[in-house]
Amino acid sequence: MKKIVVRKNRYFDSVFLMRVARRIASEPGITDASALLATPANRQVLAGMGYGDGGRDPEFAAAGSADLVLALEGEAAAVETAAANADAYLARGSGPAAEADGAAGRAVPRPRSIAEAVAARPDCSVAVISVPGEHAAREARNALDQGLNVFLFSSNVSVEDERALKTEAARRGLIVMGPDCGTGYLGGAGIGFANAVRRGPIGIVGSTGTGMQEFASIVHRAGSGISSGIGTGSRDLSDAIGGLSTMTAIDALEADPATAVIAVLSKPPGAQATSALQQRLARCPKPVVLCLLGASVEQAAGERAATTVDEAAVHALRAIGIDEPPSLRVDNGALRRRAAAEIARMLPAQRHVRGLFAGGTLCYQAQAIFRQAGLRVYSNAPLRGMPTLDDPDQSVADTFVDLGAEFFVAGRPHPMIDAAQRRKRLEREGRDPTVAVVLLDFILGAIASPDPAGDMLEAIHAVRDAACERGGELCIVASVCGTDGDTQGLDRQKRTLEGAGVLVFTTSAQAASFCREAALQLAHRDGAR
Amino acid sequence: MAVRFADLLQGTPVFVNVGVREFGDSLREAGCEVIDVDWSPPAGGDPDMAALLDDLL
Repeated sequence: MKKIVVRKNRYFDSVFLMRVARRIASEPGITDASALLATPANRQVLAGMGYGDGGRDPEFAAAGSADLVLALEGEAAAVETAAANADAYLARGSGPAAEADGAAGRAVPRPRSIAEAVAARPDCSVAVISVPGEHAAREARNALDQGLNVFLFSSNVSVEDERALKTEAARRGLIVMGPDCGTGYLGGAGIGFANAVRRGPIGIVGSTGTGMQEFASIVHRAGSGISSGIGTGSRDLSDAIGGLSTMTAIDALEADPATAVIAVLSKPPGAQATSALQQRLARCPKPVVLCLLGASVEQAAGERAATTVDEAAVHALRAIGIDEPPSLRVDNGALRRRAAAEIARMLPAQRHVRGLFAGGTLCYQAQAIFRQAGLRVYSNAPLRGMPTLDDPDQSVADTFVDLGAEFFVAGRPHPMIDAAQRRKRLEREGRDPTVAVVLLDFILGAIASPDPAGDMLEAIHAVRDAACERGGELCIVASVCGTDGDTQGLDRQKRTLEGAGVLVFTTSAQAASFCREAALQLAHRDGAR
Repeated sequence: MAVRFADLLQGTPVFVNVGVREFGDSLREAGCEVIDVDWSPPAGGDPDMAALLDDLL
């Protein structure tokens, strides 16, 4: 006899399905077995083989590409038994590869697909996907089909795929965090590039990875903590995506009793997405901080609106009754005096500021801080209104480079993991006698380099020595994003930099504010000559 | 069993790691349960072929 078994919305990878089919076919009394996704082409083939009443069986006819069909042929009793055990075959498959755990001497399953992982552990709830971009949408789709929420670190996913994935996630009550999502906090654990922060009452929704790291680190250092940090992907608040994941994240944090205040961190959203976001936030019963880096005044309007990560953190902390930490207070007068002292030791030819950023968001924020003072900065990732750097490898006048941009990381490690690219760039900037100030960000935490400051130390010494030999002084300014819990050691990293003569600031915004004061004075000095 | 995202925040997530091994390691170090998928590019790394195989299977 021939029989089909349809299972709606079950995705298994092809190898798994082949194993299932092979295993069923090996059962006594079974002469043939197929396990297929019910694509139109597959259904046509099976119908041609006489399955599903030649295609007229209603369940078979209604099956689609997301549905699984087992096609069984053999003795009636064997076929009925196999059909009755279909879910058991699908749950077990032919067994994932296993290897002995050296320590315990027990078998450790090594699933070869998300489906096998879920079959082995039905309580899985989040897929962390970091496969190459060309395979990422497929894996993310796979994860959603398995009922998993998705943290999608991979980039190079098309807008069409992103929108489709997020719409599907929303339909299922799930979320796609990403693509291009570097940071998250769930259940007290950091995902991806994340700093060690305690749990607390502040929830984050962010389309900016390093922005979330900076925010969470500031909150931790102020004595509070993070309930959940939900990355949404850098394009989520574009009009093309419409904030699908942002809305899901806000809904979840609003319902979460552990979250007292919600901080939304983003680059400026699209016009329609801004409107939808503001309407959604207006009816949120919890305090909401909205930080739109580089946003227009209209976009940034509101009681708890912020244009820097630092401001956002202060708003969030105040909302839970914590005063602004003294370390976050910016004394512009003191910055001016400090900048003046540095510039006094420089040669007249030194007049430019160069920012070499590992964190894309921090590069963006620094541009916003310069823009507030009417300063123009060239960048390979320009804020609206800022000039684009024609050649990302070649700085012009005042330049802020995002060294994590695709141009720099295609086939090479990200600067947060490997400092080689940034070291070379710093050495090049150091040979330029017009450079007065170099701004760097150091980002600690999981996945990042075990010693970000140490990686740059030799280059820092070299460029400072070279400037001295020319008779001037190169001012190197830095911020360190991290906490006392990070394995790199926040204090150790700061001391390393300070020992090399680097001016270290508590936050990236403060470091950029110092550079802004320096740039203004350098411009004024040039104008006065 | 699907865990709705809103429920996930109030529970204990169990992770499936597909790709960079360190992501799973850092989650484990934070005390999470992680299942590592022994992932390799499907269809010899050809996404079109992978899509085609998916259709066939």
